[in-house]
Amino acid sequence: MKKVLMGSALVLTTAALSTAALAEAHNTTACLITKTDTNPFFVKMKEGATAKAEELGITLKTFAGRIDGDHQTQVQAIETCIADGASGILLTASDTGSIVPAVQQARDQGILVIALDTPLNPIDAADATFATDNFLAGELIGQWAAATLGEDAADAKIAMLDLGVSQPTVGVLRDQGFLQGFGIDLGDPNKWGDEEDDRIVGNDVTAGNEEGGRRAMENLLALDPMINVVYTINEPAAAGAYEALRAIGRENDVLIVSVDGGCPGIANIADGVIGATSQQYPMLMASKGIEAIAAYAKDGTKPEPTEGKDFFDTGVNLVTDKPVDGVESISVQEGTDRCWG
Amino acid sequence: MSETASKGQDYESSLSKATASVAAFEKRKGLVPQIQSALHATPALVPLVVLVLSIVTFGVLLGSKFFSPFALTLILQQVQIVGIVAAAQSLVILTAGIDLSVGAIMVLSSVVMGQFTFRYGIPAPISIMAGLMCGTLMGFINGWLVAKIKLPPFIVTLGMWQIVLATNFLYSANETIRSQDIEAEAPMLQFFGNVIQVGSARLTFGALFMLLLFVLLAYILNQTAWGRHVYAVGDDKEAAELSGIKTNKVIITVYMASGLICAFAGWALIGRIGSVSPTSGQLANIESITAVVIGGISLFGGRGAVMGSLFGALIVGVFTLGLRLLGADAQWTYLLIGVLIISAVAVDQWIRKASA
Amino acid sequence: MTIQPIVQGRGIVKRYGHVTAIDHADFDLYPGEVLAVIGDNGAGKSSIVKSICGAVIPDEGEIKIEGKPVHFTSPLDAREQGIEIVYQQLALSPALSIADNMFAGRELLKPGIRGSLFRQLDKKRMEDFAREKLTELGLMTVQSINQAVETLSGGQRQGVAVARAAAFAKKFIIMDEPTAALGVKESRRVLELIQDVRSKGIPIILISHNMPHVFEVADRVHIHRLGKRHAVMDPKSISMSDAVAIMTGAMEPPPVEQQQLTPKAA
Ligand SMILES: Nc1ncnc2c1ncn2[C@@H]1O[C@H](COP(=O)(O)OP(=O)(O)O)[C@@H](O)[C@H]1O
Ligand SMILES: [Mg+2]
Repeated sequence: MKKVLMGSALVLTTAALSTAALAEAHNTTACLITKTDTNPFFVKMKEGATAKAEELGITLKTFAGRIDGDHQTQVQAIETCIADGASGILLTASDTGSIVPAVQQARDQGILVIALDTPLNPIDAADATFATDNFLAGELIGQWAAATLGEDAADAKIAMLDLGVSQPTVGVLRDQGFLQGFGIDLGDPNKWGDEEDDRIVGNDVTAGNEEGGRRAMENLLALDPMINVVYTINEPAAAGAYEALRAIGRENDVLIVSVDGGCPGIANIADGVIGATSQQYPMLMASKGIEAIAAYAKDGTKPEPTEGKDFFDTGVNLVTDKPVDGVESISVQEGTDRCWG
Repeated sequence: MSETASKGQDYESSLSKATASVAAFEKRKGLVPQIQSALHATPALVPLVVLVLSIVTFGVLLGSKFFSPFALTLILQQVQIVGIVAAAQSLVILTAGIDLSVGAIMVLSSVVMGQFTFRYGIPAPISIMAGLMCGTLMGFINGWLVAKIKLPPFIVTLGMWQIVLATNFLYSANETIRSQDIEAEAPMLQFFGNVIQVGSARLTFGALFMLLLFVLLAYILNQTAWGRHVYAVGDDKEAAELSGIKTNKVIITVYMASGLICAFAGWALIGRIGSVSPTSGQLANIESITAVVIGGISLFGGRGAVMGSLFGALIVGVFTLGLRLLGADAQWTYLLIGVLIISAVAVDQWIRKASA
Repeated sequence: MTIQPIVQGRGIVKRYGHVTAIDHADFDLYPGEVLAVIGDNGAGKSSIVKSICGAVIPDEGEIKIEGKPVHFTSPLDAREQGIEIVYQQLALSPALSIADNMFAGRELLKPGIRGSLFRQLDKKRMEDFAREKLTELGLMTVQSINQAVETLSGGQRQGVAVARAAAFAKKFIIMDEPTAALGVKESRRVLELIQDVRSKGIPIILISHNMPHVFEVADRVHIHRLGKRHAVMDPKSISMSDAVAIMTGAMEPPPVEQQQLTPKAA
């Protein structure tokens, strides 16, 4: 009996040792911390990271806040990753300023921290940022809208459907980019709502979902029922705004533009709900991020930002079936091939 | 011993002449106590007055932009989802419970309606039935845990909120079903989005449903035995049990009704936003509790009128649109709603004093 | 001819773990009488009365109501047979009206389709009935039947509870310490109510600690001690101090012949 016990203990020890040895061989661990794990954007991000990690033989651990704005859970996740001895962290921060001390703590431990999609505040609080150029994304749809209207752009009536009253950076960049592209003076470019151009009927917030989009659109239509250009923070908000317009029979004489490039959003372009959208690439962000961590774990090289920018630009494309001169765009077909969610 | 006792008897007999009118009811005197007891008798009066005053105020400030059939019916459309959910919440709060899972049940029910139709190709009417049954079942689980296992409603529905929401995300894989697809293949899912247009007034079926639901619930709560039992259970469960009310049955049916109403809210939600979106309704529990509280229903149960919740929801809607049209920062809306909540509860406490 | 008792309990036993709350106790209630049940704290008064109305299920023994053995499992069973209980804690819903309270759990529906299909309450009929019952007991001026119970004084509430019991009791009423929480004047009113109810021919079981009250209204006094019926006395033939002495064991009860196991022939 004793012998059997000893024997099995030996086997177990050997097994444990060999597992440890195996882990030693590719002991690179990476963490992915997203705002939530329900938003399709982050779901895709996770998919991209998981696929790349598998390919490179990296152990990937994923964390997410319960809801957008759940800062506490993200801090806990960073602490867990530090304790876990991770080589790198990919982070889409819910609270870009408050997360900085936790990020610093990780970097002090020699962990590579890459902000995905959302830059930290300040942006150099992370080792690198892999993101969509949200200002450019806005600019593209602004240019497209102005070009589509042609001369009528001079007396357009614009509704601005933003994200939230706290003015998160992503929302401000897209909003201000759109106005810049449309040819409207920005006032303070770090803030929406301070513009003085009469063409803007008003700003309202949507929380980035259908219900919020519909309500915000209704509110602005109550201010001015003749709105004919609608900027939306994302495609669910655009779908909600469309319902509000459809309810009063104006869906066909209003131009709706958006940002994201999710599959339902692209389908809505094909159906004429949305005129154009700027497509971003979460899977690419995540897979590039994993590659960067692998490189860093191997020889300590850190990723470089795109030339002329303070972050690594993962690219953005205008998707529309009504291309205009002077604004580069891809077709709905191509957008569908590359869409997410 | 016998001496003191008989003394007591003597003392009492000396009083007997004065007792004849003791048990008769005295009338309250003075204006303030009269207001107090008027509010005690008609608890929906306060929110109704606030609602009328706020409509008048915004009407004066904004003129026809606000005081128009279009804007006023728009408010009805905007509050319909919260209003329907608040009706469910009212029932639960009247039994001295609380339902934190209302929004989650609403969304899961709408997802069931959508996914059954689009994933399994089940005819829309059957999918809708399934969604309604799903909501009722979730409500039954809440009620059963509260009544039979005797767990606090806050805990039960806090847990169910998480469970139902997670189920919703797992089951739907977070896929949105687009408005255009629904319109083409299963327009019945958007039934509550239909509109009756009278001039510039626009009444959606969803808004009408909300109004009818409140009328129906007001009837049930005031005119049927079950309704009176709901109040009795919320007022004093022990007493209700002792006077012969089957309190567990009342509680379970209340939560089932709440679940069913939330499922209807889920159906109405599809009509409102066009699509089936698993991420909507995240704040419905808080918003519905807000409407109920502003509507003057006591969180301690047993007091208040269901119509108050409708007024509460409308007050929030009037403030939101009115302040928006005035160009005020949205934060002002939240601030004022906060003030309204606290005032409503203060008034509730004051009214209760009428009974002390 | 002997009169048939309304309630007849024989050899009733109820144990709670090691505690024997009722130890082979007998119990008799006769038509038209007020039977007071007295005893020290923990003597088992509540337990025996609860086993009669189904709130407690006895372990042994037999209970007959009007000669028929019964096995109630809840007070609702007893209620269906016309047995009403006025609880110490009253069992009224404070925020509901007097009429709502009187009919809780046995509401009247409107005749015809409004009742059968729409389940509509016949408020008018219930209010009239409640008003009539309260007036019968000299309890109220008529306009306030829709007043919430919480706006009533303690005595008035007790009055509503008694009126409810009196209105629906077909066999008898149990009252558990109905005057315990009341002031002098209010207790007096309730004692008058008890006499009013008796005069309507409804027998009453009255549990009370208050000797003067017991001696004033009771026809017979059931003295409970150590889980048993210790003696049943005629309050007119015994002093309060002797009753208390028997109750506490300081004095032996008189021989059975001098007791009042059945009421005096009318
Ligand atoms: N539910 C119960 N569980 C355990 N013991 C009980 C319970 N009810 C009564 N008892 C015990 O039974 C005895 C008789 O109680 P009770 O009938 O209430 O007496 P009384 O009403 O005369 O004060 C007491 O010792 C009491 O502690
Ligand atoms: Mg007792």
